[in-house]
Amino acid sequence: MIIAILTISAMAGIFGLILGYAAIRFKVEGNPIVDQIDSLLPQTQCGQCTYPGCRPYAEAIANGEAPINQCPPGGQATVVLLADLLDVEVLELNAENGDHNEVPLVAFIREETCIGCTLCIQACPVDAILGSAKHMHTIIADECTGCELCLPPCPVDCIDMIPIKQTIDDWKWSLPGEVLAGIESSSALAKEPAHGH
Amino acid sequence: MDIKLSHFNGGIHLDDHKAESLTQPLQLASLPEQLILPLKQHIGEPDKPLINVGDRVLRGQLIAGSSSPISAPIHAPTSGIVSAIEHRLVPHASGQNANCIVIDVDGKDESIEFESIDVSQMQAADMINHIRRLGIVGLGGASFPTSPKLSRGNDLGIHTLIINGAECEPYITCDDSLMQNQANEVIRGISYLQRMLTPTKTLIGIEDNKSKAIEAMKLALQSQPLVNTEVVSIPTIYPSGGEKQLIQILTGKQIPTGRLAFDIGIFCQNVGTCAAITQALELNQPMMSRIVTISGDGVHQPGNWIALFGTPIKHLVGLAGGYVQDGLNKSNNTQQNLVMGGPMMGFSLASDEVPIVKASNNILVMQQQLIAQKPGIHDECVRCGKCAEVCPAKLLPQQLYWHSRSKEYEKAEEYNLFDCIECGCCSAVCPSQIPLVQYYRASKGEIRATQQATLKSDRARIRFEFREKRLLLKKQQEEDKRRLKREALLKRSAEKKDNTQAIDPIQAALDRVKAKKGMKVTEQKNIEGLTAGQQKQIDEADARRRAAREQKA
Repeated sequence: MIIAILTISAMAGIFGLILGYAAIRFKVEGNPIVDQIDSLLPQTQCGQCTYPGCRPYAEAIANGEAPINQCPPGGQATVVLLADLLDVEVLELNAENGDHNEVPLVAFIREETCIGCTLCIQACPVDAILGSAKHMHTIIADECTGCELCLPPCPVDCIDMIPIKQTIDDWKWSLPGEVLAGIESSSALAKEPAHGH
Repeated sequence: MDIKLSHFNGGIHLDDHKAESLTQPLQLASLPEQLILPLKQHIGEPDKPLINVGDRVLRGQLIAGSSSPISAPIHAPTSGIVSAIEHRLVPHASGQNANCIVIDVDGKDESIEFESIDVSQMQAADMINHIRRLGIVGLGGASFPTSPKLSRGNDLGIHTLIINGAECEPYITCDDSLMQNQANEVIRGISYLQRMLTPTKTLIGIEDNKSKAIEAMKLALQSQPLVNTEVVSIPTIYPSGGEKQLIQILTGKQIPTGRLAFDIGIFCQNVGTCAAITQALELNQPMMSRIVTISGDGVHQPGNWIALFGTPIKHLVGLAGGYVQDGLNKSNNTQQNLVMGGPMMGFSLASDEVPIVKASNNILVMQQQLIAQKPGIHDECVRCGKCAEVCPAKLLPQQLYWHSRSKEYEKAEEYNLFDCIECGCCSAVCPSQIPLVQYYRASKGEIRATQQATLKSDRARIRFEFREKRLLLKKQQEEDKRRLKREALLKRSAEKKDNTQAIDPIQAALDRVKAKKGMKVTEQKNIEGLTAGQQKQIDEADARRRAAREQKA
């Protein structure tokens, strides 16, 4: 009886030591679930989710402080991905946070109107605006995430959000059914004036 | 050499319709009025124009180029005036515009002087440089720039060189015509490839429905023999001309998923490219024209023409006797019946104004629409499995179809979607006439777009995190600065305290005031040497002040 108790206690002790060592040796830096959530977010850093960037929102989701439907740039697709990852129910995108834009936008500074106040440069979360005080600013279109955070601080309203034009290089085939939908809608449009006459 | 042929999975036998365009001999196309040269005629970076609107250019003059390694420069195919550099309709499945150089042809066909070069003295690296400078791209259809392919092959080491003369798609006869007419140039081009790549054997694969081409090539090879080189007649079955399929037929080897031919020591080049290499290395002439087949039941006289790049298709249709149906050249009618490439892998053209480019092997003019124009309306899949039987890449087209349709791209990738060569065999045999290839193309496009978006968002994340770090650092630095300043102030005041501790501050202040007052008293000036009148005035004033003070008191 005593031998059995001693043996079990000794084994428990040994395993405890092994587990304790493993916890230190294989300690995971940071929170992996936050990284996973962050990698699904679109990284526009727009703050429409009410958090100051994608990572803070990811942290909030991981801590259960925020629902998964507050990211308008990611749209419903991101909500579905997040629901998949976290194994929770798919929610409708929260309209209060903003609308999802199908066509990606890029900011454009009307340079003749720009007064060089640097306010937009300070607002840009990804450093995509170039310029200095009293000199014209311009946007690095390739780096712009279309977050619109530069719009409110501009005192002369010289920033426009323009849809990114699809070119021959990023053109892609559409699924057969979708082509049909496209043809139908365009032919319907073409018919309208005929009805008017 | 005794070549044992193997066979790839599936494939289909098609009516080849090749005789129609071989009834007339190869002809030189006349000069059109205008040439439209898209700035991107190859896979890789688009070129930048090196001339201005209004410039006169000569045949062979470099007009556009790029510093990117994966690119090919463009040369003026004839003399004329550059009338515009603008967006024009280009031969592309999207039917969209792209930047083009437009040359108004002056008809004089004046040429720059091509310096004579001696290819026999050239090293492999020089030859590859020359090929790059002269804008050579693969003429098999994909238009991959030839020079980077050669340098990569040279680096990796090649044991088998395969020359693709299979030309398996119906209607197309441009390679057939080339081999019949310029077999010697092709063979000399192969000899240069052999010098650059030093393969141990070379196989020229030609489908057995091109007996005249096989004969011509064998004859040319006899007159200028090459070591370990053989013309191999292969059975006619579509798609034997696909690179992976031809390699499998000739060597029995399969290229692993996601790898390229030179990863297993094999280098594949089209016969047309060989002829272009000969022209570049012997005559120092850039790529300016190619053989194009005009075929189909929509033109009166199908045939093959040597056409300059940039020649509008309308011009070539005119040379082929024009459209059979009168109304066909109206833009709304042509859309469905003009195809660039063959009936299996080609794409519909939006208009006959689009030009011939480096990739254009064939223009198909059909009276009936050939490529389904009612995609989306098709019968349901009946799971007959015919598509899997014919798939030359040994894929499961049905599974790919279901996953593409339901947009389960990850699963489609698991079923090796990217191994699909888009040959169209599955669509051709499908009893429900499902446009399968379009589903696959759409899925591939979607997956590539997602990859691009991920790359962009990764970059945005890095930039955002860097900015956060920078702002934090700035804040810390400012705080440090403030703290140091505060500490310095405190220190200074503490030092002062030390110096003044012995004296009572109130007493010191009183002393200072007293000293000031005393100074005022002693500082009376101008009181020496006064006149009697002045003294009297002073005394009177003093008396008045005294009286006033007493009155006040």
